[in-house]
Amino acid sequence: MELLLDSLFNGVAIGSVLLVAALGLAIVFGLMGVINLAHGELMMLGAYTTYVTQLIFKLPILKPFYNSYIIVSIFFAFIVSGVVGILLEKTIIRKLYGSPLETLLATWGVSLILQQFVRSVPLAYGTGLVISLLIALFLPTVFPSKIKESINYKYFKFSSWIFAALTGVLTGSLISSSVSKISRASARNVDVTAPSWMRGQVEILGTAFPKTRLMIIVITLISVIAITLFLNQSAWGMRIRAVTQNRQMSDCLGISTEKVDIITFGIGSGLAGVAGVAVSLLGSVGPNVGGNYIVGCFMVVVLGGVGNLLGTVIASFGIGIMTDLIGAGRLLSIWPDMPLPLSNTINFFATTSMARVMIFALIVIFLQFKPTGLFPQKGRMVEN
Amino acid sequence: MRISRRILAGLATASLAVTATSCGGGGTSGSFDDTVTVGILHSLSGTMAISESTLVDTEKMAIEEINAAGGVKVGGKSYKIEYIVEDGASDWPTFAEKSKKLIDQDGVPVVFGGWTSASRKAMLPVYESKDAFLYYPIQYEAQECSNNIFYTGATPNQQSEPATDFMYKRSPAAGGDFFLVGSDYVFPRTSNTITKAQVKQLGGKVVGEDYLPLGNTEVAPIISKIKKALPEGGIIINTLNGDQNVAFFKQIQDAGITPSSGYYVMNYSIAEEEISTIGPEFLEGHYGAWNYMMSIDTPASKKFAKSFKKRWGADRVVADPQESAYNMVYLWKQAVEDAGTFDDNAVREALVGQKFDAPQGPVEVMPNHHLSQTVRIGEINAEGGFTILEETGVVLPQAWNQKHPSSKGFACDWTDPSKGEKYKL
Repeated sequence: MELLLDSLFNGVAIGSVLLVAALGLAIVFGLMGVINLAHGELMMLGAYTTYVTQLIFKLPILKPFYNSYIIVSIFFAFIVSGVVGILLEKTIIRKLYGSPLETLLATWGVSLILQQFVRSVPLAYGTGLVISLLIALFLPTVFPSKIKESINYKYFKFSSWIFAALTGVLTGSLISSSVSKISRASARNVDVTAPSWMRGQVEILGTAFPKTRLMIIVITLISVIAITLFLNQSAWGMRIRAVTQNRQMSDCLGISTEKVDIITFGIGSGLAGVAGVAVSLLGSVGPNVGGNYIVGCFMVVVLGGVGNLLGTVIASFGIGIMTDLIGAGRLLSIWPDMPLPLSNTINFFATTSMARVMIFALIVIFLQFKPTGLFPQKGRMVEN
Repeated sequence: MRISRRILAGLATASLAVTATSCGGGGTSGSFDDTVTVGILHSLSGTMAISESTLVDTEKMAIEEINAAGGVKVGGKSYKIEYIVEDGASDWPTFAEKSKKLIDQDGVPVVFGGWTSASRKAMLPVYESKDAFLYYPIQYEAQECSNNIFYTGATPNQQSEPATDFMYKRSPAAGGDFFLVGSDYVFPRTSNTITKAQVKQLGGKVVGEDYLPLGNTEVAPIISKIKKALPEGGIIINTLNGDQNVAFFKQIQDAGITPSSGYYVMNYSIAEEEISTIGPEFLEGHYGAWNYMMSIDTPASKKFAKSFKKRWGADRVVADPQESAYNMVYLWKQAVEDAGTFDDNAVREALVGQKFDAPQGPVEVMPNHHLSQTVRIGEINAEGGFTILEETGVVLPQAWNQKHPSSKGFACDWTDPSKGEKYKL
């Protein structure tokens, strides 16, 4: 019983890291069909946001609230990655819809740019830049329609950009002067330390579980539930689903596909930011952190069936449980007196590196029989 | 009037030119008779840049110190050392290519370079075919002895063997079972083969072993294996690389694998630099084994740390690899002065037997092109340094490990032509 519980928990823990990382991609790649190789770097931005938030909460004014910084950073990370994602969509990806190869190359280029950006730009000014972008992108949308219709609107728009740039520079230098750790550029990996209430373990049913892992499971669950509700219950969710099923028809029926694209991509990128918070709790935060997850993300989405959230959920938990079963050699403890050749084989695969090989092999074999994944999209689809 | 103005202008230009040349002249020759250019080859970009750039800093500092003390004196002439820094870009073929460039194009008499074993293995054929000389400063798995490489880092018997001995006999977990964790590449696998043989000799038991693929940070399966194999605590030998240590230590602490519950981790790749990245709060109470630790309380050690901080910033730390890099520059200088020439073959002969009062204590170059060194075992403290618990005397290097099944009974000696790279003892 204890063994089963332990194994199940470990599987779910590994799976939830995969799931939270792949969730944004499931939307961007699954629903929109954009092969976004910069997804890992959007996660990295989320992880760096957690780091910056942590440092800001160490300032004397915010010190009393330090323990809650991780909750706040989830929202910040969503916004930061979302804003960068929207910018990416508006400037690059929009021009490349329907040409997957070019998208692949362009987003790979973006991923390299983002990696180098965090290496060579001080994080304080990076923060300032994101704040500028945030203001510049959202200020025009809150102008009353009276101003928007006036002839002088372009001046208003222009001045809002200037205002955004000024605020960005100001906050950048403010943060830079108050938090010395991020006032200089550094390629060095940094570290997010979980607040004390999240460290150590809790006992459930006689088994001890690490709290950070539980926290990641909770973050994943909330993200999955929120995104499912959004897609299935809200008006925008319905529009997104309509556009992914038939773009031309939705356009004809008066849905602004442009807005839908921006929102979908923004949400997908924002979820990558949330995933960044989760992974920053497990390891260190560095320019390469996203690259470690990107292959796993695509694997999960493809295995689950492109365009299907439920498939992604089941695929990631499936992979998680398999990784634990094979990698930790659990079959041996379930069935201790199995024949020798079999137990030798299992022992051979019971290391982390061999388990990974085994899982990839199993996925490749599975996709031979079901190339569209676990839950293929049903119904009539309009390709391109 | 017009003429005089022109003359004035001409005079002004002339005087400017004179000052300019006199400035330039003073800069290069000064008190030196000549210059010698050496090569520095480490990764300045890519994943290894963070670690390897610290070596470049140290080597530059050593060269500046030597120059400030009058340079290298060869045949009654003083030479100023100049250097060409090349970037290996964390890419092993690039190391070989840049080595060729330094040797053929720049004609440097010596190259200081490398960090990973993979980069050294890529460079080795270049130096052997061109009969050039590489100085390599990192603790490594040994099982190699080239006539064209001089190794100033520790061999396994100068690091992992005393450490395993300490863990099994004198640590709080003495007599306990061993679990070996490492990154999946040559150094951890070779080092663990040696550790397994040694634990068996000591009468202990290795109950598990696992390797994490480079770049992977999912350590949950390893943790459940450790808990299954060592339910009551025990000894963990860790040879993980770089970032993977962060994931490992964060997650084992959350899983309750801590010194207070009887689990002690001995680390071979965590020095002061890494402690500050990972965070001492995750490492406190675990162990490390090195030849040099910043907390060594001798004038030589303090001076080394102090001049490094003075040169590169007060927040910088020095660690074992940097100390090895520092020593090799000085040993090269001494060997050149003794040989009386920059010629490789003469310098190689003069190198063996060179003694140097290094920050770690006295070191001496052995006939197998490795250094005799002192081994220290330290406990990681809350300040991010090591509390030194044990210090061996000077330990002689074994290029061919005497516990590894494939090299038992072999040794290396380049001073005797009949012995060479690998001979039977």
